[in-house]
Amino acid sequence: MWTSDDAPLLAFGQGRSYGDTCLNNGGMIVTTAAMSMALAFDDQTGIIMVEAGMTLETLLRLAIPHGWFLPVVPGTRYVSVGGAVANDIHGKNHHRRGTFGCHVRRLELLRSDGQRMVCSQHAYADMFAATIGGLGLTGIITWVEMQLMPIASTTVTVDRLKVGSLDEAIDVQISTDHAHEYSVTWIDTTAPERSVGRGHVIRGDHAEHGPRSTASLSRQPRLTVPIEAPNWLLNRATVATFNTLYHHRQIGRRTVFDSDIVPYFWPLDAIARWNNLYGSRGMIQYQFVVPLEARNVIRQTLLRLRRAGVASFLTVLKTFGSIPSPGLLSFPRSGLTLSLDLPNQGAALLRLLDVIDAMVIEAGGALYPAKDVRMSATTFRASFPMLDRFEQYRDQQFSSTLWRRLTLEQP
Amino acid sequence: MTMTNIVIVGATSAIARALAERFINGASFVLVARDADRLRAIAADLTIRGARAAHVVQADLAEMSDHVRVVHETCAAMPSIDLVVIAHGVLPDQARCDADVDYAMATWMLNADSVVSLMHRFVNLLIEQGRGTAVVISSVAGDRGRASNYTYGAAKAAVTAYASGLRTRAAAHGVHVITVKPGFVDTPMTSHLKKNPLFASAGHVAGDIARAIARGSATVYTPWFWRPIMSVIKALPERIFGKLRA
Repeated sequence: MWTSDDAPLLAFGQGRSYGDTCLNNGGMIVTTAAMSMALAFDDQTGIIMVEAGMTLETLLRLAIPHGWFLPVVPGTRYVSVGGAVANDIHGKNHHRRGTFGCHVRRLELLRSDGQRMVCSQHAYADMFAATIGGLGLTGIITWVEMQLMPIASTTVTVDRLKVGSLDEAIDVQISTDHAHEYSVTWIDTTAPERSVGRGHVIRGDHAEHGPRSTASLSRQPRLTVPIEAPNWLLNRATVATFNTLYHHRQIGRRTVFDSDIVPYFWPLDAIARWNNLYGSRGMIQYQFVVPLEARNVIRQTLLRLRRAGVASFLTVLKTFGSIPSPGLLSFPRSGLTLSLDLPNQGAALLRLLDVIDAMVIEAGGALYPAKDVRMSATTFRASFPMLDRFEQYRDQQFSSTLWRRLTLEQP
Repeated sequence: MTMTNIVIVGATSAIARALAERFINGASFVLVARDADRLRAIAADLTIRGARAAHVVQADLAEMSDHVRVVHETCAAMPSIDLVVIAHGVLPDQARCDADVDYAMATWMLNADSVVSLMHRFVNLLIEQGRGTAVVISSVAGDRGRASNYTYGAAKAAVTAYASGLRTRAAAHGVHVITVKPGFVDTPMTSHLKKNPLFASAGHVAGDIARAIARGSATVYTPWFWRPIMSVIKALPERIFGKLRA
């Protein structure tokens, strides 16, 4: 039982969120890394029950040899299962599988009054919906039971198509998503204005052929960025060079090749502490979703950043499908989502993002709290209509830096 | 070298758990510790993650009279032993030890007598079978008595010296004894201590131990930088060392 009135609690997993969702300045954090045991696994049905501090990598290492894979994986495998639930994360297959929370059967929640609640769609269903995507604010998730997805091998067949414009990228995604498990568009943000949105639509499917191996998962990153780079390293010129080279490395319009799961899903995991590349000022990850018909917001975003001289190192566009997200505060909803990695250039960039926020909200979209460091309380409230309902289920002893910022509640 | 039959005494300790993970695939474990619920959970975890079997032996290792049973039950559970890890211990509160000798001796019993007894019994078993590796977790704290933790340090010094003698004796019979001297490790045992850059993770320590097992090292400092640090600390004359109030 937690009785302290002055120190709010928050569970902290692997600390991999881009924003302050896992921070609790002035409060207490409960680290979950040591809470990482496998509790049960049925290799016939693919139902697994693990402690919430287990990382996705550890889970995959035990599941893959039995022919099972996580139905939703994010861009890094070094996150905890509890964090994946609390942020109701999505992957490149949202159009097929929805969010991570869609595959959670049950979870146990430890509340500050000491009560342990086993939540599912059938028991404490409201608390279940509040906890999925609930930013860790309903209590500590102690274990999670989920349904895995069968795979035949750890090979992914990749089909990469070069597109010359934003409209082409979106049209290709909308018309071919149904045929592929995974689909995203990498966007060359430094393309000239007339071809804004050009890039590669990268589709992928688990192959039937090839080995089923966890060897590549266990390999440690070969490259490390040990210290912060100077702030000028990632400037417009170097980012443009990288993006242009990446865009043109594919000579033909379309290539199809086999890839291992590790470089396919987690290319950035190959470089330990890559965030140091951004220097002491750091980076701002900016991700929003807008309805399909609001593709102009995507175009305007790319154009405005371009005109402001802000070059995003890595820009990804994806369609979110129509599978409803299970959480009251889940971010994914049907439409187009754009994510950008922006070097933190200070006040001018923040002002520009405020302008883009307004376009997103106007179009009926939302910003992703799990990646946010700067949106306003008004923007948050406008894009999460279930906020008041969520507040009924929040554990009043729990809070986070993000939560205080987005609800303007002082610690 | 494949480690198929592995005995872990103090199996609920963070370093022991991290080390078990290194050898999971296809291995059989005997796990010895006091907390039965936690032992069963760890056994289930190892089995789900690819271990062939995980037997549980519940024992309060402070009860020296129970050590014979621990060895017997281990032998009943596996036909031979490839690797024994002795990992149990407590980190006493030195201020309390200073004032309360009964408490100091209780921790001494567990950190020195009990560790030595189990190490000796299992190494004898390995010598009987004519092969195998024993790993004992000592500490850099055993390299020099410090005012801030001499009860713990001296117990570890006893373990280090005992293991060194056992190693020489066992080597003649094809048995290898490894002394592990971790520095600060971020585990539940040190959860009350303020963390600094010298702290290593249990996973890092386990990696160093696994390498020492593969190489057949005698003594391993983990992380490696403790070896030069301790060689300096050991060489300091007492009158200077005492002034450091370390």
